[in-house]
Amino acid sequence: MADPKSLKITMGPVPYLWDGEKWRDFYYRIAESGHVDAVTLGEVVCSKRDHFTRPFLDAVVQRLTDAGKSVALASLALVTQEREAKATRQLAASEALVEANDLSALRLLSGRPHLVGPFVNVYNGATARLLAKRGATRICLGPELPAASIAAIIAGAPEIEYEIFAFGRLPLAISARCAHARAKGHSKDNCQFVCGEEPDGLDVDTLDGQPFLTVNGVQTMSRHCQVLLADLPELAGMGVTHLRLSPQVCDMVAVAQIYAETRDGLLEPGEAVERLQGVYAGAPYANGFLHGRAGMEWIAA
Amino acid sequence: MELICPAGTPAAYREAVEAGADAVYCGFRDETNARNFPGLNFSREEMREAVAHGRARNVHTYVALNTFMRAGAEDLWYRAADDAVAAGAHALILADMALMDYVATIYPDQRLHVSVQASAANADAVNFMVESFGAKRLVLPRVLTVAEIAALARQVDCELEVFAFGGLCVMAEGRCSLSSYVTGQSPNMQGVCSPASHVRYREDDGDMVSELAGFTINRFGEGEAAGYPTLCKGRFHIAESAAYAFEDPVSLDVMDQLDALRAAGVTALKIEGRQRGKAYVAEVVSRLRHALSAPPEERQAHLAQLRRLSEGQRTTAGAYEKKWR
Repeated sequence: MADPKSLKITMGPVPYLWDGEKWRDFYYRIAESGHVDAVTLGEVVCSKRDHFTRPFLDAVVQRLTDAGKSVALASLALVTQEREAKATRQLAASEALVEANDLSALRLLSGRPHLVGPFVNVYNGATARLLAKRGATRICLGPELPAASIAAIIAGAPEIEYEIFAFGRLPLAISARCAHARAKGHSKDNCQFVCGEEPDGLDVDTLDGQPFLTVNGVQTMSRHCQVLLADLPELAGMGVTHLRLSPQVCDMVAVAQIYAETRDGLLEPGEAVERLQGVYAGAPYANGFLHGRAGMEWIAA
Repeated sequence: MELICPAGTPAAYREAVEAGADAVYCGFRDETNARNFPGLNFSREEMREAVAHGRARNVHTYVALNTFMRAGAEDLWYRAADDAVAAGAHALILADMALMDYVATIYPDQRLHVSVQASAANADAVNFMVESFGAKRLVLPRVLTVAEIAALARQVDCELEVFAFGGLCVMAEGRCSLSSYVTGQSPNMQGVCSPASHVRYREDDGDMVSELAGFTINRFGEGEAAGYPTLCKGRFHIAESAAYAFEDPVSLDVMDQLDALRAAGVTALKIEGRQRGKAYVAEVVSRLRHALSAPPEERQAHLAQLRRLSEGQRTTAGAYEKKWR
């Protein structure tokens, strides 16, 4: 069984629209964290947001690289318009290590080392093997997979690395339509970037007041925050190599530290969850997908 | 344009053939297809009979194996592909890349269609499917405008099929885990969305409340027809109002875009509804068949008849029109 201490920590892309300077400063802080090994960044959800962070991208990548982080740039999840296809081609043609989040990026990156993101459907080892043959070196698996699938996928293509969503609201769906703009009386084409008003996502509750989902631009996310703190030895045992922490509005450096200390056996999982609640109380916690249950369920350790 | 019709049962298959379908799509009675509902779909024997019935009448059969292979249980999907090929299917409709690879390798002469569930929505993605697996046709996700479809068609060496009538996914197909987040069962893995096993209706203070896994998906006041709680078509509290946050309970109807879709280079029109009864399937196919071949001035009369079948529901052209976004 692999030592949980070998698990690396990845900071995933900021899923929300944050002000450009806030986004830059967030990554500058991450650069200083001794607990974050790798960073995947870039706009994944909506191409219209790209200009907010673009002016700061080079400086952020430089700072993270100088700090010794392994840096990858994520491609857009839903590519439909010509300018989005063009941006994906430019990204794939760059020198950067790229995380493919759409089949188009897989085509463009074929034959050279790249990462595969959670928006590409990998449900079995045969698919992982196929992607590995084309140059994938690490796959971040989609959130709905149960532990049994994760283990079988890795066993089917053990030569590459695997990342799983260990913290943050889960990406559940993406649409051509923007529910966020719509909720505020705008269309997608004239959205006025209202998704920026909710830097941690827009709550969707049922008519009976039950917390239900989160809207983030064209993306629908879980209302619950995924927390896999109790499962780190099991995940390492399956061959998972990286834990993805997905940014929420909270002290993500502290989140990384809690995951690192739990991984290293310095914190008991129960204690770790309690400490995490002091850092991020913006959402209830869930881990149901990993346990083969509804994703929003919380299965106590 | 080819007319592709759904069949959830052998009876619906025969009705679709009778009513003028060019091809009928259907699936086996298990989790290998994305309409894995109780009481639906075909046994191996029924599939062989259906394909033969169609062949005798020059109607093609497309077998949908369009869920993703569960890790560790891949044989279920591989055997389904073997059996569909053996039954004489004209095409297999596939979503999982490894299953496409299997079919392309073992049965290089078998016609392969890429399912909407594969989520290929741009020219590079479509060409990736063509180059990697020899795909002959691709079913487009409902995320593109007609203009975008036309632009895509010019850049790919592959037939394009689009949804024209019936149910409407609001989210990009094959990329939605909303159902499993709430119920533990998803289109990609179990071939179901908002499963009936998790649905409950209850009365509350004069309202009819529809629930999915204990969550209120909608409340219907007196005189309002209570619809099925598909979770992306419910009414929710969002941004200080109670609204259909993602989509109203509408169905897809692109009859007004038929000529534009044809001009865009679309090869085939697909009718959604393998879960619908044979009478519905027959009526939709027949009306659409007539509408497609009628001169423009007579078309509207056929379409008006067709629209009655949306069961009083409102309809939308969805993503095919830019303003939907």
